[in-house]
Amino acid sequence: MRLKTRRNTPVWLIAVLPILSILVAFIFGAFFIIWAGESPITAYIALINGALGSSFAITESLTRAIPLIFTGLAAAVAFRAKFWNIGAEGQLYCGAMAATLVGTGMIDLPSIIMIPVLFIAGALAGCLILLLPVFLKTHMKVDEVVTTLLLNFIILLFVNMLLEGPWKDPMAMGWPQAARIIDNGVLPTIVAKSRLHFGIIIALVMSIIMWAILRFTVWGYEIRAVGYNQQASTFYGISINKSVLMVALFSGGLAGMAGVSEVTGLKGYLTLTLSPGFGYTGIAVAMLAQLHPIGVIVSAIFLASIYVGADAMSRTVDIPNYIADILVAISLLSVLVGSMLARFRIVWGK
Amino acid sequence: MKKLQFSKICKNFGAVVANDNISLSLGEGEILSLLGENGAGKTTLMNILFGHYISDKGFIEVEGKRLTPGSTKASLDAGIGMVHQHFTLAENLTVLENIILGTEPLSRLWSKKKLAYKKLEALSKRFGLLINPDAKVADLTVGEKQRVEIIKALYRDASILILDEPTAVLTPQETIQLFKVLKEMVNAGLSIMFISHKLNEILEISDRIVVLRHGKLVGEVATKKANKELLAEMMVGHKVTRPAYEKLEIGKAVVELNNVCLNASDGTVGLSNINLKIHEKEIIGLAGVSGNGQFGVASILQGLTHPSSGEFKLFGQSLIKYDPRYLTKSGVARIPEDRSKEGVIGEMALWENFLGEELRSKAKSGFIIDKKKAVNNAEKLIQEYDIRCEGAFASTRLLSGGNIQKLILARSLSNNPRFIIANKPARGLDEGAISFVQHQIINAKTKGAGVLLISEDLDEIFELSDRIAVIFDGKLQGPFDASSLTINQVGLMMSGEMKEGSFNEA
Repeated sequence: MRLKTRRNTPVWLIAVLPILSILVAFIFGAFFIIWAGESPITAYIALINGALGSSFAITESLTRAIPLIFTGLAAAVAFRAKFWNIGAEGQLYCGAMAATLVGTGMIDLPSIIMIPVLFIAGALAGCLILLLPVFLKTHMKVDEVVTTLLLNFIILLFVNMLLEGPWKDPMAMGWPQAARIIDNGVLPTIVAKSRLHFGIIIALVMSIIMWAILRFTVWGYEIRAVGYNQQASTFYGISINKSVLMVALFSGGLAGMAGVSEVTGLKGYLTLTLSPGFGYTGIAVAMLAQLHPIGVIVSAIFLASIYVGADAMSRTVDIPNYIADILVAISLLSVLVGSMLARFRIVWGK
Repeated sequence: MKKLQFSKICKNFGAVVANDNISLSLGEGEILSLLGENGAGKTTLMNILFGHYISDKGFIEVEGKRLTPGSTKASLDAGIGMVHQHFTLAENLTVLENIILGTEPLSRLWSKKKLAYKKLEALSKRFGLLINPDAKVADLTVGEKQRVEIIKALYRDASILILDEPTAVLTPQETIQLFKVLKEMVNAGLSIMFISHKLNEILEISDRIVVLRHGKLVGEVATKKANKELLAEMMVGHKVTRPAYEKLEIGKAVVELNNVCLNASDGTVGLSNINLKIHEKEIIGLAGVSGNGQFGVASILQGLTHPSSGEFKLFGQSLIKYDPRYLTKSGVARIPEDRSKEGVIGEMALWENFLGEELRSKAKSGFIIDKKKAVNNAEKLIQEYDIRCEGAFASTRLLSGGNIQKLILARSLSNNPRFIIANKPARGLDEGAISFVQHQIINAKTKGAGVLLISEDLDEIFELSDRIAVIFDGKLQGPFDASSLTINQVGLMMSGEMKEGSFNEA
């Protein structure tokens, strides 16, 4: 058995691939549900109902998708250039901290200015914290996987320190949370009686912007070129270090915006439960989307629906909600296997 | 009895016929040359011999016994040894360790080094393959590494030796040395199959020549009755004309390197006090064994690195800060050494690679890529340079080496450059493509460009160059007038001998 490179991959295959992967995930997931002693059909119906069964369910899924779109974009743009930013979780909290710093009374401006200011502050914070790993990579060849990953823990502990200390809101009955964002900084909800907020619009716009940059501009060309082949990129006169820096700024900025969106749109204040690993799930979102910015929207909504649906399922059927993690993990693995099969054909025999 | 006999070997890969009914034999004590362009089926045939592939039809016999198809072990046991073009040695082990690697059963806890020593010594003496068994492979020269590969095959009692492009990495002197050894071996009764596309060498070393083309055996001649023109024609299928050399009145200097030095780094040789002047309408050939500073010279002239000291003057202007984009814009055509890894980005479309060097200068307001214009330009050049592909949107990795080189030439030469830095532009290409590349370079010279041609192929250097310089260990000798030099003299300079006194410096 060996692999043969396909001369060209049909477009329909690329489109069908994620859907097939998801089906595979549900089939494998069924075994675990049976193992847990329930009927997969009942469980999946409960899951789908919980994710998409009512307008409230749909708004919940979309709300959950917002931070995933941001972190998914952050991973997608970085991975395009083979800059392995695993630190979106930390950068998200940096964005949230910046929003809290600026948005809890430091300045008070009309919403139309205040909200952009908060997003810019958050994006900057996400960028800034990534400069350290970038510098270590470009000047000392330190692997960014390690540095960005470890920074997550440092940042999380720092947030913890702030929330237990100087930033602790005395009005929060002892809960470790920061003061509320002032009214002008809060994102409006866009569907009545739901939690779905304006962040979704910003996320969609950012996806389109990133898609346009990657597809139509010199930057996009350089990002892709550096990701594919550094030697040829250098020959073309593309500075690898500058490209890595640029990618890092995009990536860190987008992850920072995820934090701003959660603080100003959903929670209203900074807590340590702000993100149940959105930064890490963003990697799955990006991979499932094959690093395509528009694909990120679809895959973020899909993953969010699974998580929201699984929560609902665990309430109605007696199955733990981490079946969602299993489903996401399997669909990710199948996408990886599938994208390999899209590039190579398996040939049996010699 | 024939030592080795291929009988009616057929092998298809999908619709591609790699080997079509090939029958050939190798006699005892014979050197047989296997000649053919890239893709003619030489490699497939050897892979079948070594059990990497199984032929669809036909069989192989060694000394009259059928060879088990698809088994590398069977081939080794039958006494077939292979010396690959790219060495398969462990750099951090010694010569002896490399040679016994894989010959001893895993179940034994210690290796019988003493016995190995003796056997190795006997082999070295018998064939004149001198080597220090305790030297680390990493410290050996290329020629010595090849010797280790040959000894490795002999150590396993090979009686049939296959050499795949063995001279590609050697100096002329090392080649002569190798040929001596090969003659010794056939005298001792070994049989050798010599795969190459260098016609001169084939004519020199072999007893018989077999030519493959498009998977078919198209000819078989005794070397005595063969000549270069005949072989080239058999290989390509039609007459091949190498461009005729023509001396032109040289113009102004396009490039001047004055006392250029480069610090050694990352295992590459540095440069010490390089002085070189290249004029319009001349080709300077830079000869040398790979790894003697060509990389540094090419890197500086291609804008990838800056001299650590000294002056680089382009078109009369001293350059201080420059990069590849600046050079391209000022009229420098750059042909990189590794065409498929450095010259193009395989995953990108052809039109994107055509744009590569001029990405920023051709973008609308320096930022938005003008795709329509770029695609039109790509389509025009694909036509003009006859690049075989599935169009401007096809993925570049699907192109053959020759077509990738055409893409690179089209990209750089269509802008009417005034200086061309060509790093091994014809290496690994087949006759048709080589002739195309050389014609293009000569044409550019006629149009007024100055050319620096870096090459290891001395035939090529002598065919094209007006003047020849030789680089060894980061130091340059020459350039000398090409007509005042012999291949032998250049070969000596390539191995470090200073011959300056005996020439008139041009």
